[in-house]
Amino acid sequence: MKPTDPAITWLEEKPLGLTERLYLPLFLQGLSTTARHMVSRKVTVNYPEVRPTVGNPLIYRGVHRLNRDDAGRVKCVACFLCATACPAHCIDIVATESPWPDREKYPESFSIDELRCIFCGMCEEACPVDAIELTSLLDLTGKSREEMIFDKEKLLSVYDMTKDAEPMKSKTLAAGGMATFGTAPGNPTTAAGGHH
Amino acid sequence: MPTVIVDGKDIEIGAHERLNCIEVARRAGVEIPHYCWHPGLSVVASCRMCLIETGTRDAATGKITMMPKLVPGCQTPAKDGTVIVTNTALVKDSRARVEEALLIDHPIDCSICDKAGECLLQDYHFEHGQAERRTDLHPFHSRRRDVGPTVTLFVDRCIMCTRCVRFTREVSGTSELMVINRGSKEEISVFPGFPLDNKLSGNVVDLCPVGALGDKDFLYQQRVWFLKRESNVCGGCSAGCSIVTEHNQDTVYRLKPRENPHVNKWWMCDDGRYGWHHLHDPARLLSAGRLVSSNDDRETVEWSDVTTRLRQELSGAGRLAVAVSPMLTLEEAWMLCATARSIDQQAALFVGHVPVSGSDESFPGGFTIRAEKCPNRRGVEAVVALFESEERSWGDLVAAVGAGEFDAAWITAGYPHAWIDDATAAPFGRLRCLVVQDLFDSPLAKLATWRLPAAGFAERAGTWVNAAHRAQVFAAAVRAPAGVWPEGRLYWNMLGRRGLYDPAAVRRQIAESSAALAALGGEIPAVGVDLRIDQLASS
Repeated sequence: MKPTDPAITWLEEKPLGLTERLYLPLFLQGLSTTARHMVSRKVTVNYPEVRPTVGNPLIYRGVHRLNRDDAGRVKCVACFLCATACPAHCIDIVATESPWPDREKYPESFSIDELRCIFCGMCEEACPVDAIELTSLLDLTGKSREEMIFDKEKLLSVYDMTKDAEPMKSKTLAAGGMATFGTAPGNPTTAAGGHH
Repeated sequence: MPTVIVDGKDIEIGAHERLNCIEVARRAGVEIPHYCWHPGLSVVASCRMCLIETGTRDAATGKITMMPKLVPGCQTPAKDGTVIVTNTALVKDSRARVEEALLIDHPIDCSICDKAGECLLQDYHFEHGQAERRTDLHPFHSRRRDVGPTVTLFVDRCIMCTRCVRFTREVSGTSELMVINRGSKEEISVFPGFPLDNKLSGNVVDLCPVGALGDKDFLYQQRVWFLKRESNVCGGCSAGCSIVTEHNQDTVYRLKPRENPHVNKWWMCDDGRYGWHHLHDPARLLSAGRLVSSNDDRETVEWSDVTTRLRQELSGAGRLAVAVSPMLTLEEAWMLCATARSIDQQAALFVGHVPVSGSDESFPGGFTIRAEKCPNRRGVEAVVALFESEERSWGDLVAAVGAGEFDAAWITAGYPHAWIDDATAAPFGRLRCLVVQDLFDSPLAKLATWRLPAAGFAERAGTWVNAAHRAQVFAAAVRAPAGVWPEGRLYWNMLGRRGLYDPAAVRRQIAESSAALAALGGEIPAVGVDLRIDQLASS
């Protein structure tokens, strides 16, 4: 979308009013937040004795996985958009021609340095084919740096491990699993024509 | 002076310039989008993307009369009084319609298309297309057709601009590519049994404004937005084509021609285009090795020690002969000569081995591939002439070493291909000290007391002088592999100069000391400078 698009409304920031310019009201507001948390229910748990509960697995950002298609092949088409979006430069892909007639390109190798990753979820956001997803696996440990570089096989095995508990997000969303989060932005004609 | 009016702005053009509306608008800073037009090819005006409004201004009255319909800018010559308008609603609407029509048949598989990021269809759609679609578009996978050993065709991505077809007819003169079928069924193809197989075939990939023609060598290697670009000069032959080296993390991924009207126009040959793979060959020499005993063992010597030990050994060895390779830049050659003379004031300087393969090959489009497979023979000859009264070649050096005239020799090479056989190398084994600087091991390097690694063409910085006496200056595109000091750095340090190797400083010094190379003293444009210009003016 261009900055000049008529669908965009540009707003100017409002100037500060008297209450904002006075120090005291905001100060009291902040203190009241602190006080409220002092008496509210605790959300921290004694990990690892007590495991934290994951609220919504669809938006939780844990260990990555590489999804498989219906034929059990890696879904990724090696477009490098996740590697481009990644702010930590932790994704390394080697692309090659795919051995299958219905696909042109696929990742010969695909590795994520989980130690470098900041779990921002940009890769999942960027992926045009819903191949890379973040699961709700939250305890990620290893004995060496090498072990923490997840290659294609390991990422696929994460999918095999988690697919029953957490089905592919695109399928969950298509089934209306998260109606409030799943609506596409933009005007309805673009959204209807754009999904394949 | 003829004046053309572009979007209300007066642009003066030369009295004898033959320009079309796209070229004139570009001078006014207005980009008229176009697919099928290319300055190096004939005009077909088939893509209809460059449609603009034109008219004429009456010279006497100043009255402007506009044409009722849009005309293609590529086909409309701009002359005195031509009025070009590119920003009206009519023109914008026309561009949006062209974009819309092109996308109806396009696979929109941008995510796996190698052209994504440098695709004119993407750029123009963003700039001139409309935000909403009126048709129901479904991304699909393009059919693929093998058209030759270097190029692959993604049939459905093609927008039928026919730039590639015209290139093979007009520039390479081989006419392999053609259009088959008609109307919306039009496709690019080749005759069965006549693949796109000529020495300029890679250029059709550069010409393709979309992702239809793919370079097999580069296919799926890297997304283009990761690549960094450095202006360079091709080291494949003495034509010295201006190129852009595209690289990422010190790995070269592809070479592209850079427009230079004096040398290669818009083209480069496949030998040069794919001639960078030796840079990443695992067989390259990667450390400075000194022979330790009579057997073949070599110790790796730190570069800081190489500079001092080399000077010591060569000065104690006796009469020194130096072969200055035509792969070296002008600056490196000059510093090598200066280093040799600082070691032995009588050091004999020879122009190194000049590899020649076949004969010069010319194409109808005015492009020539030279038989001389080194980029800087003229430059090295000019430098050696500053130190020696008589020019002597590699053959003279081999004969002189065979006759026992020298005790030590310093041979610079840096050739990407095997260049010397055992018989030629044998006499060098009798020398007291032999220094060989090369990219790969060779029969000569096996005999060497000092075996030093050389830099590849994209790792050098300096000036090359091509067969037509045009000097082009370039910086290193990538760093040399770990353990390799490019020649420039070694000689700079051996001369005891401080700081980092600075080719510009050396160049100024050469220009001051030589009338033949005086043109190098000033600012050198991206297209290079003809070294003969100053001499013609002064004589």
